[in-house]
Amino acid sequence: MAEAQAIEKKLDGLIGEYTERKISRSERILGPELYRIIKGIFTTPSSMVGFFLIAVFILVAIFAPQIIPPKENTLDPYKIRRDGFASVPKAPGTVWAKDPPELTWWYETFVGDEWVHLFGTASGGWDIFYGVIWGTRTAIKVGLIIEGVTLLLGIIIGCLAGFYRGVLDDIIMRVVEVFQTFPFIMAAMTLSAILTPIIGKGIWPATIALVAFGWMSYARLIRGDILSVRERDYILAARVVGAKDSRIMFKHIIPNAIYPTLVVASLDIGTIVVSFAALSFLGIGTEIGYADWGQLVSFARNWIPQLSNYWWILIYPGMALVLFVLGWNLVGDALRDIMDPRMRNR
Amino acid sequence: MTQYIVRRLLLMPLTLIGVTLLIFGMLSFLSPAERVSLYVRDIPKNDIVMDSLIERYGLDDPFLVQYYHWLVGHQDASTGEWTGGILRGEFGYSRSANQNIVDLIKRRFPATVELALYSIVPLIGVGTWLGIVAARNHDKFIDQLARLFGILGYSFPSFVFGLLMLMFVYAEHQIFPPDRLSNWANLIVNSEEFINYTSLVTIDALLNGRFDIFLDALRHLVLPIITLSYINWALYLRIMRSSMLEAMNQDYIVTARAKGVKEKDVFNKHAKPNAMIPIVTMSGMTIAGLLSGVTITETIFIYPGIGSAAAAASTQLDVVTILSLVLLTGFLLLVANLIVDITYAFMDPRVRLS
Repeated sequence: MAEAQAIEKKLDGLIGEYTERKISRSERILGPELYRIIKGIFTTPSSMVGFFLIAVFILVAIFAPQIIPPKENTLDPYKIRRDGFASVPKAPGTVWAKDPPELTWWYETFVGDEWVHLFGTASGGWDIFYGVIWGTRTAIKVGLIIEGVTLLLGIIIGCLAGFYRGVLDDIIMRVVEVFQTFPFIMAAMTLSAILTPIIGKGIWPATIALVAFGWMSYARLIRGDILSVRERDYILAARVVGAKDSRIMFKHIIPNAIYPTLVVASLDIGTIVVSFAALSFLGIGTEIGYADWGQLVSFARNWIPQLSNYWWILIYPGMALVLFVLGWNLVGDALRDIMDPRMRNR
Repeated sequence: MTQYIVRRLLLMPLTLIGVTLLIFGMLSFLSPAERVSLYVRDIPKNDIVMDSLIERYGLDDPFLVQYYHWLVGHQDASTGEWTGGILRGEFGYSRSANQNIVDLIKRRFPATVELALYSIVPLIGVGTWLGIVAARNHDKFIDQLARLFGILGYSFPSFVFGLLMLMFVYAEHQIFPPDRLSNWANLIVNSEEFINYTSLVTIDALLNGRFDIFLDALRHLVLPIITLSYINWALYLRIMRSSMLEAMNQDYIVTARAKGVKEKDVFNKHAKPNAMIPIVTMSGMTIAGLLSGVTITETIFIYPGIGSAAAAASTQLDVVTILSLVLLTGFLLLVANLIVDITYAFMDPRVRLS
């Protein structure tokens, strides 16, 4: 008797524990899975560092004109300001001799009342500080545009394949295979080289090329998730009550299948920015003097034997790129651990 | 199993046709005049030349006709002789390299192969080893350190890391120069008395008994190898670590422990071999990627391989060359993919027996 009572008490305790687990408001809104993911990335130290880095870059991008203003009445603020046309790079701290920018309040407060080249110049008088600051804008702009369009394309194609299955799915998956056959950078390089004479230099050839060879992984991801979601019981239930195909698709399948793809995609921005920078580093896409980190790093290529004398051409834009990507990768790595079912509860 | 392989083999030509269509489709974004202008100098004066070239090579023809000609070549109506056609191995002439594309590939490809051969061991070996170390010290300081090291490397764009290497090692200390060989060694390698066995300089040098050239070639390979390895270690580290942790959680590990197997043996003999399966698949793709030319690394180190040839061609808008190179690399990757899938099927008993 006593034993049975003890067991009952224990069971009570267990049940009590279970029902007493508090479900917070945010968890109720987000659902258990998403809540776990979001809580995870905001409590891991490495991903917090990542978020901090990303936030700094976003702030720099927003306040670029306040940090270093573009030339007055210029058509293209992304054109790096230059100080003369001297072919020898100037060291950081050299006074800005010709046509310096207007003084900004932070500069007067913290540095002085005369513009110097904070990060030095590259050959040709291009100011590296201007390039790095406005390059942040380019990076974020390009990252968002490419990511957004690629994702949209991937989702549409993946949904078509996953929802209709059959012949359409087969054809789409073959096309995906064909696109995935090429090494990513080389394919993007090819297409942007072809597009450059057609639409002219700028960010667009590389952007289009990166989209054209980037959508496949998202399409595959969302297709797989849709294939698994559509077999769930609640889809069957929706069918039974007579919901239309379109309603099932948009109200039930996509909302339940889209999160993994969205999360993976949002963290790919770092990689995308690097790919873009790599193309402009190779000299494909943007014209010389466009504020873009890859473009700036490529200035260092002309000075390889004397790079230790002209270190600033490489170090500052290189550092910007590495920190930007590191930010995204830190968040991404934490996320991968949280989402990996094999790693759960460890 | 056989069925699976046969299916994959049957699908391959289909994918290849798709690949060629895609490549040719990209080419046809350019107008005939734009495609010809690559080969004509002084364009305003030579308008007639351009027109005649467009006429002669049928660049005004419909897409599929042009595609057919590109694939199998032209037949001369009077003599019945065939010219051109990539199926017959005629890729055309490369303006950016000033030679036939086939010759370009023959000259550049061995260099890429050599770099890939020497990079495989440090890249995959060290990356996997780091993953094992991290897994063995799961959630301890060493684990965190290894992962941080990996992520940092993964965050370096190859061109930034490569240039940093050149700056700290080459520019500062004048060791480990870029390019493939020093000038003096290049003269000897291109001379009559140096017999070309494999086109891989290091191996040829040893076969010719020139130890100094062997060392010179190795000296030039060091920085590209370090660059390629470091930026890819994180990938192997992550996969090996999580696969190792998963393996340690399996029932057969509990069985082994219950039998009284030493913890060291459990780790090395029971968990490790099973955790290696994903590494094998990954390394197949990595090797294929290395063979298909590491565009940026080769460009920074002025290493004369396939990748740097493609980069040079695309900056000079030499579309014909770059499309041929992309076709070559696409083909390589396709074959590699097939091999990887089949090996995987053989390695995993669950797939093999189904």
